[in-house]
Amino acid sequence: MSNDSSLLSLILFTPLVGALVLLFVPKRQEDAIRWIANVTVAIGFLVSLPLWFRYDSANPDFQFVERLPWIPSIGAEYFLGVDGFSVLLILLTTLMGVIAVLSSWTAIQMRVKEYYIFLLLLQTGMIGAFVSLDFLLFFLFWEVMLVPMYFLIGIWGSDNRLYSAIKFFLFTLVGSVIMLLGILAVYFYSHEVTGVYTFDVTQFHQLDIPFNMQWWIFLAFFLGFAVKVPMFPFHTWLPDAHTDAPTAGSVILAAVLLKMGTYGFIRFSLPILPEATVAFVPLVAGLSIVGIVYGALVAMAQRDWKRLVAYSSVSHMGMVMLGMFALTPVGITGSIVQQLNHGISTGALFLIVGIVYERRHTRLISEYGGLSKVMPVYAAVFLIMTMSSIGLPTLNGFIGEILILQGVFVVQKTWAFFAASGIVLGAAYMLWLYQRTMFGTVTNPKNENLPDLTMREFVTFVPLLLLAVWIGLYPKPFLDRLETSVDKVMMRVNSDYTPRFAAVLDTEPGEGAGTRAAAVIEAPVRGGGR
Amino acid sequence: MPAGFTVDDFYYLLPEILLTGGALLVLVVDILLPRREWAALGMTLFTLTLTGAAVIGFTGVDTTISAGLLAIDGFATFFKTVVIVSALLTVLMSPSYLRVEAVRPGEYYFLILCATLGMLFMASGVDLITLFIGLETMAVSFYILAGYLKPNQRSNEASVKYFLLGAFSLGILLYGMSLLYGETGTTTLAGIAEALAGGERSLTLALALILLVAGMGFKIAAVPFHMWAPDVYEGAPTPVTAYLSVGSKAASFAMILRIFIEGLPGLVADWQVLFWALAAVTMTVGNIAALTQSNIKRMLAYSSIAHAGYILIGVVAATERGVAAAMVYLWVYIFMQLGAFAVVAMLRRKDVIGDELKDLSGLYLRKPLAAVAMLIFMLSLGGIPPTAGFMGKLWLFSAAIESGLVWLAVIFVVNSVISLYYYYRVVVFMWLKDEIAGSEIAVSPAMATALVIAVVGSLLFGVYPQVLFDHAQVAADMFGSAVSSTAALQ
Repeated sequence: MSNDSSLLSLILFTPLVGALVLLFVPKRQEDAIRWIANVTVAIGFLVSLPLWFRYDSANPDFQFVERLPWIPSIGAEYFLGVDGFSVLLILLTTLMGVIAVLSSWTAIQMRVKEYYIFLLLLQTGMIGAFVSLDFLLFFLFWEVMLVPMYFLIGIWGSDNRLYSAIKFFLFTLVGSVIMLLGILAVYFYSHEVTGVYTFDVTQFHQLDIPFNMQWWIFLAFFLGFAVKVPMFPFHTWLPDAHTDAPTAGSVILAAVLLKMGTYGFIRFSLPILPEATVAFVPLVAGLSIVGIVYGALVAMAQRDWKRLVAYSSVSHMGMVMLGMFALTPVGITGSIVQQLNHGISTGALFLIVGIVYERRHTRLISEYGGLSKVMPVYAAVFLIMTMSSIGLPTLNGFIGEILILQGVFVVQKTWAFFAASGIVLGAAYMLWLYQRTMFGTVTNPKNENLPDLTMREFVTFVPLLLLAVWIGLYPKPFLDRLETSVDKVMMRVNSDYTPRFAAVLDTEPGEGAGTRAAAVIEAPVRGGGR
Repeated sequence: MPAGFTVDDFYYLLPEILLTGGALLVLVVDILLPRREWAALGMTLFTLTLTGAAVIGFTGVDTTISAGLLAIDGFATFFKTVVIVSALLTVLMSPSYLRVEAVRPGEYYFLILCATLGMLFMASGVDLITLFIGLETMAVSFYILAGYLKPNQRSNEASVKYFLLGAFSLGILLYGMSLLYGETGTTTLAGIAEALAGGERSLTLALALILLVAGMGFKIAAVPFHMWAPDVYEGAPTPVTAYLSVGSKAASFAMILRIFIEGLPGLVADWQVLFWALAAVTMTVGNIAALTQSNIKRMLAYSSIAHAGYILIGVVAATERGVAAAMVYLWVYIFMQLGAFAVVAMLRRKDVIGDELKDLSGLYLRKPLAAVAMLIFMLSLGGIPPTAGFMGKLWLFSAAIESGLVWLAVIFVVNSVISLYYYYRVVVFMWLKDEIAGSEIAVSPAMATALVIAVVGSLLFGVYPQVLFDHAQVAADMFGSAVSSTAALQ
């Protein structure tokens, strides 16, 4: 389809264009600025919808590919394309963009113009990271995201914002610059083997890097991605950043930014460094399990509502990582689905905190209680999202968790046990939170006249509620879109793996395709791992 | 006319001749014309533009002139362009600053042009004596420029300090050069490379090497030869500081690359070790010292020390990619460093010196565009995409990785992160603090032009660096033969 040829660029640059338009709007016209920002993200979401309908699940190649020279002298290209993983994450990004921008309408009263400009720039950065198939281009967008997020926390955040903003920035930066060294190592190795300088990720996916080198490069990538996920023990920036960020910042941070790390693993670490991935499984799984249990226990001890949700993220993202590093198709699928679920439910939970924070300007759980009496609609929404977060069947969280548990169980039963314990603890802290804030009588007189959700606020929840039910009841469309992409990753990390789709065998372009397919077909004969 | 000079030599010296003539005219114009301030400024800009055009006119030429004293090649052309662009930006940010300081601009522009002339010779010299004379011409001009604010004690102190330490370091450098001459019997770099091609070593040679490294280390303010830099940077007039930290540094790096890679490829293993240590210590000390500064000029001084350490990685790599990386970095460095100094110069008003961090408070509210510009410069200095600084760092990283300097690369990484902390302090003051002090900030058209050029440069080469990379690679390729012979020796 000819109009597909620039679809990704359109999705990528819509927010940027909106930001540029905002530059020329006088800063006193705050409502005009709000409208422009909202319309921009709405258009951004609409133009991303064709990805859902026109993405061909049976085709294992990267789709909607765009390829132009960028810096020919070092082989960097403007190379965009999507597979099942990125399609879902991009749609999540554009949707959360709409919600984040809409949720800021009344919450942001100061420096409105810059706020929306930063939010839109952030949106472009995130989409850019998900669509880039050139490693340098990916890195560029990856780092571009830091600056607007720094300002969102630093200017519009709460009390401790300067500390949290710089902590977020420096933590992420350390990891990502080390990752850059790893990228360059792959780049030079690829040149050594093929004689061509390129940052083309699809080429990197076919490299057979010596194990010793893979090990070091994996470590470099790991530092970059693990900080972003965040995995224990690199998570310490997260509670601060979340707590001090404005609501929309927390929503974006939880729903999309954290996915950058897990996306990085699945797009780069696993397929480029398959042997090192296998070697690092015990470490990553161990850290994930610690993260799951530790995050849940610390969440239980929080007195700050937002901090509690932040720590629950650490726990949930540990689950996502564990599922991925089970290195089974079900586990990886579950890991991606759970990323979407975490985006939906945690994004919603941050919105929920933001709404009472905007009314009361406190996040202490003890300040609330009995809110279900004064804000019944709010309480209902919160209840559904709580259930989604703890994985109640018929809601989305259940699907992700069951897939992850299933994927992990066949590999290591003890891991599945710990993961399940995380779910139990999750139910405990979430329900306890719900009980303390929503049930009982209104003890604090300040809460007696809190207004319930406004229409605008309710609208921000509608898509999240619908998605939660949709994924919970009928996840097949989501799973379908992931199948071939999961197969491709599986073939890299496990040479014995027989893909569910024959088409996957012919995906790699160029010379590699034949040998790779042959290797896979012979694999059962040869036996053993890579 | 000495033997060996031909008409061709004068043709290829056109940029230098134009610049000398222009510099003299600036003096004349300053004395004769009634509106001398603008006349001198106009004449200076005109001279620089003309010289720049002449330099660019020699793109693609590769020859040696004046009996083998000067090379007109891609490398020289690249560095001459760097020097002239930085001179232009420096001159553009000067008039409003000079007016506030109430000093006569005539000799000021003359001295800037003289310093530029010295740098041009440093960029094209392929003979120790020529290089030394170029360096001396530049240095003497800067001694005077640093003390240009006569009633200002700090400026006087800067001048004297710079003069004393500068003279001392030139002596060391000259001593090293004379030892090298004693060992090889020639002052041309090509001759020296040939004489040392056999790989012989001696104590004298080792001493010469150490003295050369130390002498050049002073010029680029590498630790432990950096002590003069913070005081001089703080005391000198802001535009002079800016030029000192960019132009002088670029020309000195041109000289280092020439001497060591073109002249001493046989000793690569020895000087690599020295520069490795120098690079690691320089970037680390520079960044750590910058962390605690509350004066922007001092902070930028330490940051410029750190950047010298980064660029040294290109020298340590001693490959074509390394040379190209140093060149790319110096090019992008012009825009970010001069841009940052332009903002500092802009803050200078009658009632505010404007070089303390707190003077930046609330800049966003008063001059939003200047605050955005400064943000871009700080991001670029910190190496965050999509700014030019990132592309510079990318080259240095890749040079280090390609040459297997993984540890140096890791030290570089850690340093980049440390540096962001103090660049962000600037951002915090501009964007996150609201107190406003002092009178209105005026932005002259010349200053605005300088800022626009710096912003465009900092962004353009971050998003589309292809042209720059091409030029740097072409220029670095001429070191190909020298480099491959070093590789053989390793």
